[in-house]
Amino acid sequence: MRDFKYLGHAMPYLPREGCEGRLIVIEGTDGCGRSTQASMLKQWLEVQGFAVLETGWTRSKLVGQAITDAKQGHSLHRLTYSLMYATDLADRLEYQVIPALKSGFLVLADRYIYTAIARGIARGADPQWLRDLFGFAVAPDLTFYLQLGVHDLVPRVLSAGKMNYWESGLDTNFGDDLYDSFIAYQTHLIEQMDNMVDEHGFNTVDARQSPQQIQRRLRDMLGEYLRDTGYQIPEELAATVPLRKIETPKI
Amino acid sequence: MDNLTQPHDYPGKLIIVEGIDGSGKSTQLMLAMRYLQARGFNPFFTEWNSADLVRTVTKKGKKKMSLTPMTFSLLHATDFAHRLVHNILPPLKAGMTVLADRYVYTAFARDVARGCDRTWVRKVYDFAPRPDLAMYFNVPIEVSIARLLSGRAKIKDYEAGMDLNLSPNIVESFKIFQGRILNEYQTIAGEYGLHEIDATQSIGEQQRYVRQVVDEALARHRTTAV
Repeated sequence: MRDFKYLGHAMPYLPREGCEGRLIVIEGTDGCGRSTQASMLKQWLEVQGFAVLETGWTRSKLVGQAITDAKQGHSLHRLTYSLMYATDLADRLEYQVIPALKSGFLVLADRYIYTAIARGIARGADPQWLRDLFGFAVAPDLTFYLQLGVHDLVPRVLSAGKMNYWESGLDTNFGDDLYDSFIAYQTHLIEQMDNMVDEHGFNTVDARQSPQQIQRRLRDMLGEYLRDTGYQIPEELAATVPLRKIETPKI
Repeated sequence: MDNLTQPHDYPGKLIIVEGIDGSGKSTQLMLAMRYLQARGFNPFFTEWNSADLVRTVTKKGKKKMSLTPMTFSLLHATDFAHRLVHNILPPLKAGMTVLADRYVYTAFARDVARGCDRTWVRKVYDFAPRPDLAMYFNVPIEVSIARLLSGRAKIKDYEAGMDLNLSPNIVESFKIFQGRILNEYQTIAGEYGLHEIDATQSIGEQQRYVRQVVDEALARHRTTAV
C-alpha cells in the first residue's frame, strides 16, 4: 500500500497510509488555458476507465464563497489572503482529495499551493512562512506547469475581457493603472512560478501552443507517467478521444 | 521571521491574557483595563475570534460540526491576522496600549490538543508580534469546570472538543479536552516565558499582582501616558 506524502509538516491526525490514487496538479498563470486543459484531460482519463475527481482553487464548501465575498471588499491583507486560501485547501483536502485518493481516484487539481505561494510572495508575504503554512498539503505525484510569458498572456486576457482588479494586483499598488499593474503583477507571478520549476519538479509545457497541441503533450506525459507507475492504459482507446472537450447533451 | 521570540519595535504596548475557559482571565483583564483608564490611559481591547471577515463561516462550520482540526485552526488564524492588521497594529504603531483577551498561545494550546502539529501551528502564527506582557492564569481543571457550570448553563461543542469523540458526555469530554489544553499551556508558559498567575487565588489578590506587573510593563521605556 502506498503512503501519502506531505510537503512539510503533516497533520498528525491525517492519514499516512492507504493512498491508492494519484494527485495530478495543473499549474499556470491566469489565462493560460489551464481549466480547459484540465477538463479535457479528465474526459480523456474517464474514457479509459479512470475515476477522476477535479478540484480547483476556492471551490471548498467551507470558505469558497467567503473568499469571493472578501474579494468584493477591500479588507483582505496578504496574511488573511493567504490564510483563507489555506483554509480552502485544507477543507478540500480533508473532504474531497484525501477520500478520493484513498478510493483510488486520480485527482486533477486545477491550481495548487504554488499559485497561492506565488500570489502571497507578490503581495509581500514571507516566502518561508508561506511554505510552512502550506506544509500540510499532500505532495502531488505529478505537476504540469503551463508556462506563458506576460506578453503572450496580455492579448488572451484582453480578448477574454478579463483584466480584473485581483488578477492585476491592484490591491498592492503594482502600477498606476490597470494595464501597468497587470503587467507588473503578472510578471512577478510568472517569475515566482518559474523559480519553483526545479524545486518542485514541475513538468513545463509551452502554453503558447494551440490548445490541441498542449492537450496532446499533457496526454503523452500523463500516459507515460501512469504506465510507468503500473497503470493499464488501453492504447487504441486512448487514441480515439478527440483533442477537444466532449459536450454531453442534457436531456 | 521569528517575531514571537523577539521584542517588537512599535512604540505601543501589547498586554495579553491566556488561560483555559473559566480561569478568570477575562475578569482580570477587564479590571486591569479599568485601572489603566482611571490612570489616564486609553487602552484598546480586542478578543479572540471576533473579526467580521470569517465570522459567518466559523459560526456555520461550528454549528454544522463540519470543521476539522485543520480548518478550525486556519479559520482562527485568519481571524487573528485580520484583527492584528486592523485592530492591534494601528494602536501599537501609534504608541498606544492594546489589551488582548487570548493571543496566539490559545491557538498553540487548542489546536495541538485537537491534533494539529505543534511546530506547524507555531510557524503559522510567526507573523504575530511578541507581547510586552503575557499573563497566564493557571487553574486546575476542576476549578474551571465548577466556575463555568455555575456561571452559564451550556458548554459549547467545540469548547468541549466534541469534534474529537473523546466522550459522548459533554462535561466528560470538556474535562478531557481542557486537560489536554492545560498540558499544552504548561509547555507554552515555559517556552515563551509567560507570566504565570495562580488563578485559584481570590480575584482581589490576583488583581493586585496583575496591576503590579502591568505597571512594570508600561514603565519600560515610557515616560508619558498615552
